[in-house]
Amino acid sequence: MSAVTDAAPAVASTNPFSQLIRDSLVVAKRNLIRMSRIPEMVIFGLIQPIMFVVLFAYVFGGSMNIAGSTDSSTYREFLMAGIFAQTVTFATAGAGAGIADDMHKGLIDRFRSLPMARGAVLTGRTLADLVQTALTLFVLAVVALLVGWRTHTNIGEVLGAFGLLLLAGYAFTWIGALIGLSVRTPEAATSGGLIWLFPVTFVSNAFVDSSRMTPWLRHIADWNPFSATVQACRVLFGNPGVSPSDAWPMQHPVWASAIYSVLIILIFRTLAVRKYRSDTA
Amino acid sequence: MPGAIYAEGLVKTFGDVRALDGVDLDVPEGTVLGLLGPNGAGKTTTVRCLTTLLRPDRGSAVVAGIDVLKHPDAVRRSIGLSGQFAAVDEYLTGRENLQMVGQLYQMKAKAAKVRAAELLEQFHLADAADRPAKTYSGGMRRRLDLAAALVVSPPVMFMDEPTTGLDPRNRQQLWEVIKQLVSGGTTLLLTTQYLEEADHLAHDIAVVDHGRVIARGTSDELKARTGGERVEVVVHEREHIATASEVLSAFGRGQGEVAVEEHMRKLTVPVTGGAKLLAEVIRELDTRGIEIDDIGLRRPTLDDVFLSLTGHVAEVKDEENGAASAKQGGEQDTKQSGKDTVK
Ligand SMILES: Nc1ncnc2c1ncn2[C@@H]1O[C@H](COP(=O)(O)OP(=O)(O)OP(=O)(O)O)[C@@H](O)[C@H]1O
Ligand SMILES: [Mg+2]
Repeated sequence: MSAVTDAAPAVASTNPFSQLIRDSLVVAKRNLIRMSRIPEMVIFGLIQPIMFVVLFAYVFGGSMNIAGSTDSSTYREFLMAGIFAQTVTFATAGAGAGIADDMHKGLIDRFRSLPMARGAVLTGRTLADLVQTALTLFVLAVVALLVGWRTHTNIGEVLGAFGLLLLAGYAFTWIGALIGLSVRTPEAATSGGLIWLFPVTFVSNAFVDSSRMTPWLRHIADWNPFSATVQACRVLFGNPGVSPSDAWPMQHPVWASAIYSVLIILIFRTLAVRKYRSDTA
Repeated sequence: MPGAIYAEGLVKTFGDVRALDGVDLDVPEGTVLGLLGPNGAGKTTTVRCLTTLLRPDRGSAVVAGIDVLKHPDAVRRSIGLSGQFAAVDEYLTGRENLQMVGQLYQMKAKAAKVRAAELLEQFHLADAADRPAKTYSGGMRRRLDLAAALVVSPPVMFMDEPTTGLDPRNRQQLWEVIKQLVSGGTTLLLTTQYLEEADHLAHDIAVVDHGRVIARGTSDELKARTGGERVEVVVHEREHIATASEVLSAFGRGQGEVAVEEHMRKLTVPVTGGAKLLAEVIRELDTRGIEIDDIGLRRPTLDDVFLSLTGHVAEVKDEENGAASAKQGGEQDTKQSGKDTVK
């Protein structure tokens, strides 16, 4: 046994970034295997947005006035951007519950004792959730097409919209990761991951025309990061109901959505990884 | 020069609970330290501090020559940990679990695969290797968790109650694995509730209570501190207790008192003289017409050490433990039951 060294011991000089990627992929694979073995979770995750599409489209469809039209097919086109965006935010709950479950079962302790990149457990989880979000969006898009949703732009713009949705969903899973690390049970992470989403998604332009809200509420809605993503999708899909508001995020929704998402990732990733490491030596 | 595991003055409080109150440890390289102590003594907290899972409030620790507080990442490369509760992913198969751990130890995917197969074989999990771990029995999970700790054969291992919940055959086999590891130079810190296990595996034993090491030494040293051998007799008739007591006190060592447990009809007396003396006691009792149900020469077990040091019972323990046989020598009866694991 060599004497205690003060200097950090020499290690195989792995680039920390490539180690993070590699370890994250190992953890992501593990989470994807898990998801494939609990298909009911994935299926419930799919049923919920589909239910929303059907309910909103057929129940509210005829009674909404969008862009001066009460035509129910107009509302369906308006609605879909909102449903897509809301669906990706639900990944928050999944990520939070998954991480809380790992803590609960002692798996986080196992990971913490391994010589792996510190951020990899959380990054792997959020990447796996990203895959699930992509799958959900795909199924949802098919259902939307079936109920009459159409895009009126080119394929590049449509893919751009889905890209922004995935980015937003990824950002929200980092919020979920922080919640998952902060609560004691997976159940708490699920509800903690969902409740605040309701005001965020409803005080927005997602389901109603925000220009008809009372001024202060409208202000919140216009600057709500969630609204920026919805607005960006409407613009990129060529769907009706684009808010005429002159608030900056409403005028530049694609940029606004991207910037918001990146900011959320930076802030919440930092907080979550710090929390993951905290308490450990 | 500090050993492979070295700790000085570890203190850790959780709110009002002082879980560690100045733990000192020194485990020479290639040896096994058995950490014994009653529930809540601070064994797990000690292990967690040494394996970088918990930051002690005070004190210092060095593992494999690396300062735990300064270079936790480097420490993680040199240790294997099997925690008190099996930490395996229930939805992954045994094989997938081990492969994942191997890869996170920075093994190449292929090497991790080969290693996983070896470990599954070694821990008798090959038949269940491709079933999700949630279909495993408690003991199988435990073994999978231990296998995960051994993926890279790190120089320093920590095992927190490794054999809790294992059946005797698997316990024996794990002991063999541990002995093999240690003969290969691995240093091991092992906590256990099974005193027999510490006796069997550990070179040194540290008894912890209330967050402090209250005794340390080899198993023999600790037993010697607790006192020598004793004769235990269970008489058949309650009326014979008084006479038997008279007989025994004549054989007693020094001013050793005869301890009587009335309801068990059991008498105990410290003696010197071993088997020869036992034979004399039996003859004398026979001459006096005292019918006996059981008689035995009992050497102190680690149970006794534990009891006398901590004033607690190591585990749910019953009266027949120890005296139930006339077996000679240092045989220890152990009860492997009753340790409740709270999940
Ligand atoms: N996270 C925690 N929060 C609060 N108290 C804790 C925490 N972890 C441990 N403790 C307390 O610290 C003390 C030591 O606990 P520890 O788990 O180290 O005991 P142990 O010796 O491993 O016991 P056992 O044999 O039951 O496993 C106990 O009183 C326990 O309640
Ligand atoms: Mg413990």
